[in-house]
Formats: sequence, structure tokens, C-alpha cells
Amino acid sequence: MTDKISIEDFDLYYGENQALKKIRLNIIPNQVTAFIGPSGCGKSTLLRSMNRMNDMIPGVHTSGRIAIDGKNIYDRETDLVQLRKNVGMVFQQPNPFPISIYDNVAYGPRIHGIKTKKKLDEIVERTLKQANLWDEVKDRLHLSAMGLSGGQQQRLVIARVLAVEPDVILMDEPASALDPISTERLEELVIQLKKDYTIVIVTHNMQQAARVSDKTVFFLNGEIIEVNDTEQLFTHPEDQRTEQYISGQFG
Amino acid sequence: MNAKTIDRIATFCFYSIAVLIVGILLGLVSFILIRGLGVIDWSFVTEAPGSVLTGGGGVGPQLFNSFYLLILTMLITIPLGLGGGIYMAEYAKPGKLTDFIRLSIEVLSSLPSIVVGLFGLLVFVQYTGWGYSMLAGALALTVFNLPLMVRIVEQSLTAVPREQREASFALGVTHWQTILKILIPAALPGIITGTILASGRVFGEAAALLFTAGMTSPPLDFTNWDFTSPTSPLNPFRPASTLAVHIWKVNAEGIIPDAKEVASGASALLVIAILIFNLVARWLGRFIHARLTSS
Repeated sequence: MTDKISIEDFDLYYGENQALKKIRLNIIPNQVTAFIGPSGCGKSTLLRSMNRMNDMIPGVHTSGRIAIDGKNIYDRETDLVQLRKNVGMVFQQPNPFPISIYDNVAYGPRIHGIKTKKKLDEIVERTLKQANLWDEVKDRLHLSAMGLSGGQQQRLVIARVLAVEPDVILMDEPASALDPISTERLEELVIQLKKDYTIVIVTHNMQQAARVSDKTVFFLNGEIIEVNDTEQLFTHPEDQRTEQYISGQFG
Repeated sequence: MNAKTIDRIATFCFYSIAVLIVGILLGLVSFILIRGLGVIDWSFVTEAPGSVLTGGGGVGPQLFNSFYLLILTMLITIPLGLGGGIYMAEYAKPGKLTDFIRLSIEVLSSLPSIVVGLFGLLVFVQYTGWGYSMLAGALALTVFNLPLMVRIVEQSLTAVPREQREASFALGVTHWQTILKILIPAALPGIITGTILASGRVFGEAAALLFTAGMTSPPLDFTNWDFTSPTSPLNPFRPASTLAVHIWKVNAEGIIPDAKEVASGASALLVIAILIFNLVARWLGRFIHARLTSS
């Protein structure tokens, strides 16, 4: 199988401080890959490097390459708009815009040039259904998204990402602000989505990684310690540090 | 004394200060209104001032001038203020240049208004050759309204949560589209409050206008809509005394027999006009915000 994303010798510095060291990693399409590790280990940094959201932070510089579908996204001629359409992102805090539910989902398509109401209606309905939110909001599409619960907001954000038709979805601790029931629904959704998308999820919660992911990557101090099939990594970790981490001895 | 007693004393102090502030405000406003309301009637609001010898008449043109000057000033201030605020919040990189710009803005906002007026006299009135005119007045007012406007736009924009900015960028939306579609609508309540504050200063300002918009109003024909005619109220190149300037003038050098009544009436009218303007502007702001934030 060809890799969706392949990362080669990727370094990232915040000023003088090296946050990622010679990262090598291949991510397989239509799978869920989980990044785990203690706070400050670089897992979110790597995630945010995959759609170049780190560009906005002053003082960040990088070397090495991250190729998506064979094209290095750190090339000079990379179109950031195209890249971020193709690589969607869901953040830790649900962050709907303070506009209506409909307009939240239609925001991306509208900006990217879809104008007809019929087409937009179709996109909104399809993506909200994909995000398992349609039945809850279909009668209140034109009310503010701020009135939704945290879990609903997070699913709305996922629908908003799906509406710009990405291939890859990056999720940065998407359930950390949610209650257990909302978390469960979100996890179901992640598993559903992987048949159409490649998903990378950063999580603090090891049970969550075990439940939703196919592959798990363990980070420590800016390095990848171990990559393996999720079941393998959680039952028979190869590295002693992985074992210590998943058994709760640190982190 | 134990902590509970101290806490009670502190609470009492803060309540007293609040009561004092509200009391001063109420006292001031009622003093102005009680002295002035008796003078105000329909003809006072609509008619031009009477002759120097007989007195009488009203302050109609001055009231109109106040509002028209406000509109002219805002037509210049709002676009420039938005542009400056967006630059400072979104594009300015931390460094010497930005610090210098920020310092300049602060200095500009602390200039005494009489100095701005004299500067306006030199540049907008004499150098341009416009003479005393509304436009010169509007430009002088812009000089010290602009810093306020820039700062408020900047603060409102930077107060928009970082998450919303990132969400928009992560959808492949450009910086400019994000500013236009997400940041400005979210910052709008703050921007409107700022605009109202800046407008209040236009209503109340006299010193900067004495030498720019002038202290007199030519005879106006309110049926004349020709912008270029000297008797048209809409002509921005005519001199115009606003309510605040008129009050100052009547009080300071008025020789009409009813100077005191006119000044009291005009003051009350000014206070009422500002109050109505504030309420309408706030209502309008909420309306626009509601329209922008859910369809």
C-alpha cells in the first residue's frame, strides 16, 4: 500500500529550542493513526506541521520533508490554501464561528467558490449527516451555532471540515473538552470516517487511542520512540519506555 | 479587625463610590435639563438664531451642523480607523517600526484639541484655501478621533479568540477573507462602541472647531440640495457652527439680550441629542451584529 503521508528527517525548532528531532513516519490511507505521549513531547507540534499551522507562530523553522501524496508540503511553491483544503483540522476546543449552524458548514464551500443555494443545501445536509449531527439540528439550521452543546459543536466543526472535501483530517485532542457520552459519539464518528478519509488523532487518553486507532505512535521529548499496530503497541510494547508510559509510570 | 469586617467596609466603600458617580451624573444632567428644557420648543429646535439686536430664534442650523459634521467626520474616520486598526492587529510585526507607530498614535490622541484646531487653521483652512469650512472641521476632528478609532479596532480584533482565527485558516481561507468574514463581524460590537465614543467627542468638541469649521453659519435654505451652492446645508465647503461652538460663542461673546436662555436651551438640546444618538447607535449596532452572526 502506498503511504498517504510520509515524513522524512523532519526537524522543527521554536527559536533555539528543538521540538521535533529527525522524525520519520509513514501514515497509511484510510486508517486512524493515534499520536500519544506526555505533554510537550511534540505530538501536537508534528500534527500542526502537517497542514503548516505552525507557520503562524513567530520563530518556527523546519528542515526535512513531509510529503502528502508524494508532494513535499514544505516546498516553496506549495499553495497553503490548497494544502489546508486537502488537510482539514479539528482543534482541542470546539471552535464554531458565532454564526448560524448552516453558515458554519457553508463557510468553506462559499469561500472556495460555491454560490448556488441548492448546491450549498446539499453540502450542508450531506456533511451534517456524515458527522451524525443532522437529526439533532435539522430544524434549527439557521440558529446560532453557539447554542449547541460542546459535543454537538465538535461534530459541527467536523462537518465544517468535511464540507471543503479534504483527504486527510487532523484531530488535536478533539475530545478533551467533552463529557464521556459526547466523547463516545465522537469516537464512533472517527471510526466511521476512516473509510473515506485518512485520520491522524492526537490524544492524551490511552484508552481512546486503543479504541479508535489502527496504528499508534508513541512520542517522547520530540522523538518517535515506537510505531506499531495499536493492538501490538498496547499489549506487547517493544520499547521499555513505551511500556512504562502505557502502564502509567510517567506522563 | 477581622477579615470579615474589612470585607464589609470594602464593599461599603465601593458601593458609596458607585452611588457618588451616579449621583454626580444625575445632578449634572438634571441641572442642565432643568435650566434648559423651558427654553426648548419646536421653533427653538428648527429656527435660525434671531438678529444680534433682538435675540430670539433658535438653534436649528447648529443642530443640523452638529449631525452633518458628525457624518462627514465619520466618513473619513471610520475607513481610516478600520484600516489602521486592521494593520496594527493583523499585519504589524513586533519591532521598532510598530513601536514607533504605536507611540505616534498615542501622542496624537493626547494632543490638546486647541492645538489640533490651530494646526487645522494652518493646514486645512489656509494652506488648502478652503477657508472656514465643514470639511476643514471634519479633518481636524479626524486628527484626534483617529487614534481612538485605531486603538479600539485593534483591541476588538485581537480580542477575537485565536481558535476562530485558526479554524478559518485551517479551512484553507486566506488572511484577508478571514479578516473580512470572521474577525470583523466578531469584533463589530467593540468597533461600534468605539465609533459611538468617537462620535460623542465630535458632538461635544468646540476648541478644535473654532478655527476650522468657524463660529458662524451662513443663512441656509433647507430646500436647496445642491452640494455646491453656498446656501445649501449640504455644502461641505461652507462655514458651520455646531451646537457646542454656538454655546461657547453665545456665552463668551454673545451680545443678544437672551444669551443666557439660548445657552441653557442649547446645552439641554445637546445633551438630549447625544443621548438619542447613543441609544440609536447602540440599537443599530445590535441589529447589525444580529444580522451578521446568524442569517
